[in-house]
Amino acid sequence: MNSENEFSIVFSLNGDEIHYLGDPTRRLLNVLREDYHLTGVKEGCGEGECGACAILVDGHLYNSCLMMPYQINHKSVLTIEGFRESKRFEIISRAFEAAGAVQCGFCTPGMVMATEALLRKNPHPLRDEIARFMSGNLCRCTGYDMIIKAVMIASEAGDGLW
Amino acid sequence: MTSEISNPVKRLDFDEKINGSIRYTADMEHPNGLFAKTLRSEHAYAQIINITTPSLPDGYFIITSKDIPHNNTIPVVENDWPIFAEDEVHYIGEPILLIVGPDIQMIEKLMDQTIIEYAPFKPTLTLKEAMQNPPHLELSYTKGDFDHTTLKVLDKFEETFETGLQEQAYLETQSMMAIYEAPVIKVYGSMQCPYYIKDALQNALAFSPENIEVYQNPTGGGFGGKEDFPSVLGVHTALAAIKSGHPVKMIYDRSEDLSYTTKRHPCKIKLTTYFDENHHLVAREADIILDSGAYTGLTNVVLQRLSFSIMGVYNITPLHVSARAYKTHTPPNGAFRGFGGPQAFFAIESHMNHIASRLGVNPLDLRNAYLVKQGDMTSTEGKFRHPVKLSELVWRMETMSDYRNHFAESEEYAGVGISLFLHGCGFTGSGEKELLKSKVSLAKFEDGTVEIKASSTEIGQGSLTTLSKIVAQALEIPIDKVIHKLPSTANCPDSGPTVASRTTMIVGKILYELCGEVKRRWNEPRFEVSAMYKYPSDLFWNNTELKGDAYPEYAWGANVVRVTFNPVTYEVDVKDIWAVYDIGTPIDSKMVKGQIDGGIVQGLGYASMEEMNHIAGKVLQNRLSTYIIPCSADFPEIKSATLFNPFEEGPFGARGLGELTLVGIAPAYAAAVEQATGVKVNALPITPERLRRLIHEQRK
Repeated sequence: MNSENEFSIVFSLNGDEIHYLGDPTRRLLNVLREDYHLTGVKEGCGEGECGACAILVDGHLYNSCLMMPYQINHKSVLTIEGFRESKRFEIISRAFEAAGAVQCGFCTPGMVMATEALLRKNPHPLRDEIARFMSGNLCRCTGYDMIIKAVMIASEAGDGLW
Repeated sequence: MTSEISNPVKRLDFDEKINGSIRYTADMEHPNGLFAKTLRSEHAYAQIINITTPSLPDGYFIITSKDIPHNNTIPVVENDWPIFAEDEVHYIGEPILLIVGPDIQMIEKLMDQTIIEYAPFKPTLTLKEAMQNPPHLELSYTKGDFDHTTLKVLDKFEETFETGLQEQAYLETQSMMAIYEAPVIKVYGSMQCPYYIKDALQNALAFSPENIEVYQNPTGGGFGGKEDFPSVLGVHTALAAIKSGHPVKMIYDRSEDLSYTTKRHPCKIKLTTYFDENHHLVAREADIILDSGAYTGLTNVVLQRLSFSIMGVYNITPLHVSARAYKTHTPPNGAFRGFGGPQAFFAIESHMNHIASRLGVNPLDLRNAYLVKQGDMTSTEGKFRHPVKLSELVWRMETMSDYRNHFAESEEYAGVGISLFLHGCGFTGSGEKELLKSKVSLAKFEDGTVEIKASSTEIGQGSLTTLSKIVAQALEIPIDKVIHKLPSTANCPDSGPTVASRTTMIVGKILYELCGEVKRRWNEPRFEVSAMYKYPSDLFWNNTELKGDAYPEYAWGANVVRVTFNPVTYEVDVKDIWAVYDIGTPIDSKMVKGQIDGGIVQGLGYASMEEMNHIAGKVLQNRLSTYIIPCSADFPEIKSATLFNPFEEGPFGARGLGELTLVGIAPAYAAAVEQATGVKVNALPITPERLRRLIHEQRK
């Protein structure tokens, strides 16, 4: 990469301040996986359909396969690797276990991030609201009901946390 | 009633999956590693005249059929599937060569610079065209005394059903990695059947078996799509690793995976039912046609399972079945959860509904009059040897769903449908006895832990946990004393492929029995014991005549679906889904629900939205934005139950489950849509576009 194509981008990644110097138009998914080894962020489709690469940017849910580094300049990025250190993750994790919401595991980090994004917006969502919010995260194993139940359990168990 | 073993436990792989730390093949580091990409045919049927490759930068390699030391075939059942096309290509996307190197962008550039010259032939792209030529596979069998001359005078009802391609759409695409540490080739990846890949490597490389090791990596879903196909990536990466001397990774992108990997076989089934003067159903005939794609793959086994399932759960004898498969110049079709069952049950259950409607009887009453029972003959004149609780299953379903009321009092644009179905557990024919010879080992250590060694793979279904549960309970030790890791051919005997709803029932059973020996020798500090599957001695199978017990056992199910229909948008909204199964003892109620919900939703996708077509031999829906699979907002909560009917030959009474849940949901959905719309639906998927067409045709 020659220097005229390099940009300096500053962002927060899982709580750490990051100075990224490089191509501002690479896929953010690749930057996260290749440069920062955040392999909990998965590639399922590469076109924003499946949500396996979901991350939070300033608290909102995004598919990192459709983003470029320049879009996160001065923003805060949270991936599963950062989120798993939190109390809220613990609640969500226990809820996913109780509901049996994990099978092959490939969609799971994205589902967890989507759960966090939803509960931030709406700490006590109804079944329909969950089903609609999570519809951008595909799962081929569970048929979704156990995931929807997990979000409901988390919402109840984490009352006051969101 | 439940059994202690049904109480759910935490999945052994839960923690690493929920926190994202588990590493799938794409996530694994491979220092000094290279990537491989497949250069594919642009023609459906052509001769390769010439290949011009660019000059390669240092560290880049091209792999072709010339690099294969032994056979250029992927051994499945027949050996007609090449690793690389040599003189001819037989479908768009057929691998011709690999380009291997450290930088993917450079690989792509080199692929653009590679020029293949073709002399195209006229391809055979559709089943209709293919049927101008003889089929490449054929079978037929008769149950009872099927006499055409007697039947000729009877009333008959004949109709044809059609189903399309379905893609497994596992969330993790096909992924593989190979490392050559001379003289040993090691292959790691996403797979259902490590020993299939080992066989494929041996066939291609002619290495001695001890120099081939295949390791399963965490696998992001399979559904049959990682039964046969990963052998292709296994051999490709191995050839690249051997030639380059570097570790080589191959990760399909979604479009490549959707376009060129194996799918569910498109199918056409003609059913004819004969009636006596009292409107009794006295004989049946089925004529089945499958599209194999370009190569045989597993088609002959799919053709068998489909043909043997076509009697449904009804004792309507005589039954005559003929089935054929034709090759087309499209990607080879292969294994997908259900393995012919979904096609068969869509046809037979829809046919029963159409007969009920002609006779003016309730669809459930018609079914109830013909249900098979214990001791009856199976389609292939074997015997349903164990208690068949179909009446109880139907009764449970009726009470749970209130089917009769919904059916009788259906409002305008609302409908309800029912289906009854079975699934043969384990390999078809004498597979379990003669082909697989499944073997497992248990190793007991000084600290009182026991390790399970079996090649059965964890693909999300939870087999690491369920098999551990079986061993823990059989040995009466806590589950955390059982060690069970992802398998490799280097460390585990061949317990057979992870297919055919066989892992819990067959592999679980061998483990269960082996625990007896471990218990007897428990005081010895350290030992390892092995056992093989004991094929029940009262089963028989004649593979030439197709007579006998096609399966060691059957699992049973009933589904009811209730829908509403929007006459403006032609959209169907599913309101209720009910499911009852006889799977013997559930080994873990939570894992069982996972299989039920997942199978039903995958089956509803097949029934309602998953459409894949070839246009001029090219897959049209090659992205997840065009190949639509169900999302969380599509279907309501599924109300399900299981019967208490332990299977005396299964571990703790368990039968097979994984496929059963997908097999019967499409005809229940179709029946509900028919009632809601008033049109007859003889093809899947039932998209709004298809419904619009049918409504306009049938209302003329």
